[in-house]
Amino acid sequence: MAKTGTFADSLFKGVLTVFAATIILVVVAMIAMMFWNSLPTIREFGLGFLVGSDWQPASDVYGALPFIYGTIVSSVIALILAVPVSLGIAIFLVEQAPKSIASPIAFMVELLAAIPSVVYGLWGIFVLAPFIRNYLGPILQNYLGWLPLFQGRLTGIGMLTGGVIMAIMVTPIITAVVRDVLEVVPNTQRDAALALGATKWETTLIVLENASSGIAGAVVLGLGRALGETMAVTMVIGNAPQISASLFEPAYTIASVLAANFAEATDRLYLSALIEMGLVLFLVTFVVNAAAKVLVMGVAKGTNAARQA
Amino acid sequence: MTMLTAMCAIFAITILVIILAYIAVRGVSAINIEFLIDTPKPVGEGGGIGNAILGSALMTLLATAIGLPIGIGAGVYLAEFGDNWFGNTVRFLADTLIGVPSIIVGIFVYTIVVLPMSRQSGFAGALSLAIIMIPIVARTTEEMIRLVPKSMREGALALGAPQWRVTWNIVMPAAASGIATGAMLSIARISGETAPLLFTALNSRFYNYFFDQPMASLTVQIYNYATGPFEIEHQMAWAATLILVGLILFINIVVRFLTKKKY
Repeated sequence: MAKTGTFADSLFKGVLTVFAATIILVVVAMIAMMFWNSLPTIREFGLGFLVGSDWQPASDVYGALPFIYGTIVSSVIALILAVPVSLGIAIFLVEQAPKSIASPIAFMVELLAAIPSVVYGLWGIFVLAPFIRNYLGPILQNYLGWLPLFQGRLTGIGMLTGGVIMAIMVTPIITAVVRDVLEVVPNTQRDAALALGATKWETTLIVLENASSGIAGAVVLGLGRALGETMAVTMVIGNAPQISASLFEPAYTIASVLAANFAEATDRLYLSALIEMGLVLFLVTFVVNAAAKVLVMGVAKGTNAARQA
Repeated sequence: MTMLTAMCAIFAITILVIILAYIAVRGVSAINIEFLIDTPKPVGEGGGIGNAILGSALMTLLATAIGLPIGIGAGVYLAEFGDNWFGNTVRFLADTLIGVPSIIVGIFVYTIVVLPMSRQSGFAGALSLAIIMIPIVARTTEEMIRLVPKSMREGALALGAPQWRVTWNIVMPAAASGIATGAMLSIARISGETAPLLFTALNSRFYNYFFDQPMASLTVQIYNYATGPFEIEHQMAWAATLILVGLILFINIVVRFLTKKKY
């Protein structure tokens, strides 16, 4: 009896281990295959690939800088807009709103994350872009037009629109993580602050301070999502490989050049250049996500320890 | 300050309502039965998304058939045996894989399936979706199984049940509804994916039942219609979006309703 049990046990555990190992295999194979398939451009251009600003597939000149620039700038716009709003929503839901209101609001914010990227893109083309062209853009040019950021021709399609649509998409993700982080801050801290005569808002500030590394983790996680955001951005950012100071000008991101060009890239070097950019994006988002995880875990672990003490 | 934070929440909800309202109004006006069963036609001759709906359904089905067992298996491993370096590595990689852009998964599958086969296929699309699904299912399954009280395991072990029976007949049934909701959410997630299908499944203008051929999907069709030059295409994009978002919201609301009872 005991012997059959142990055999069946090791078989069961063995099968499960294989399933779990699949995840490791996928990640390792991803890095290996993408590296292997980008060897032609790595050999041809070396590090120059990352700093070159010319992108002319027709004459086999590949520089990824405009895409790296577009990816970073659009993500920064997204975070500048999304972080304050996400923090506000999370504080409202955890610290201020009664539970009967908080729970349906939280669900609706989560629904924003359930809407597919391509749908945001569709909405971006036909609703957000005209809105920026006709209303938001002219206002920005009126008041901040002296900045190089807001000069140039307003088409509604460009870096700013890409950043705004990304902001909408990462808001629910940042909000969810900040909520989780605020919820693990022990209530004793809130009680202690209130007992010392702090106002509700001062108490919230203390809670935020204690959760700060977790909030940083949430922001980094949002950054990771923004860097890799593909369809919606491809549809509204204008897809032009240029580096321009103006946020109204069309731009390009790594993810969107992949989405827009990969299917028709048959030339060996062209394909290799695209895959190398994919590899760069993969490694960057991988590191960013790992950093976010470490930051969020720090808070969660700290409070667990505090609870047990 | 409550005013300010409340306004943030209202702002987010307003955007949700505006997006859903546009989809509902512009989608409903373009939708009809022919649209739902027809294949795409040259501009001006009508056409529909029947083959795209079928393609999405087939690829989601195959992706689920591949991804769900592996994901659940990995999740069970993590919860029951995963407190060691191997488990920690899997957990860490699963979490980071969840955050990796889905288009990267598309590139990976392109290099391992499309290049060797030298053509795009429904199988390549389904495999991409499965890879996206596995880490999500694994992590939700792990969480659900960890919620099962230890006393249930100890009770079964004390009655002489071997470990695998404890996991298979006691722990997994107890966590089944949680695992199922996690699976439903992951299906909702992959049915909205576009980027990994663009160059793996590509697209097709015809009804296609075979996984070794390029396959149409609802999401790629929306992308093509939305970025096309003609107003009639834009209308079809909104109508197709109504179907897609309707399905995804339906799954999310059902899951919400099912889980609300428990807590």
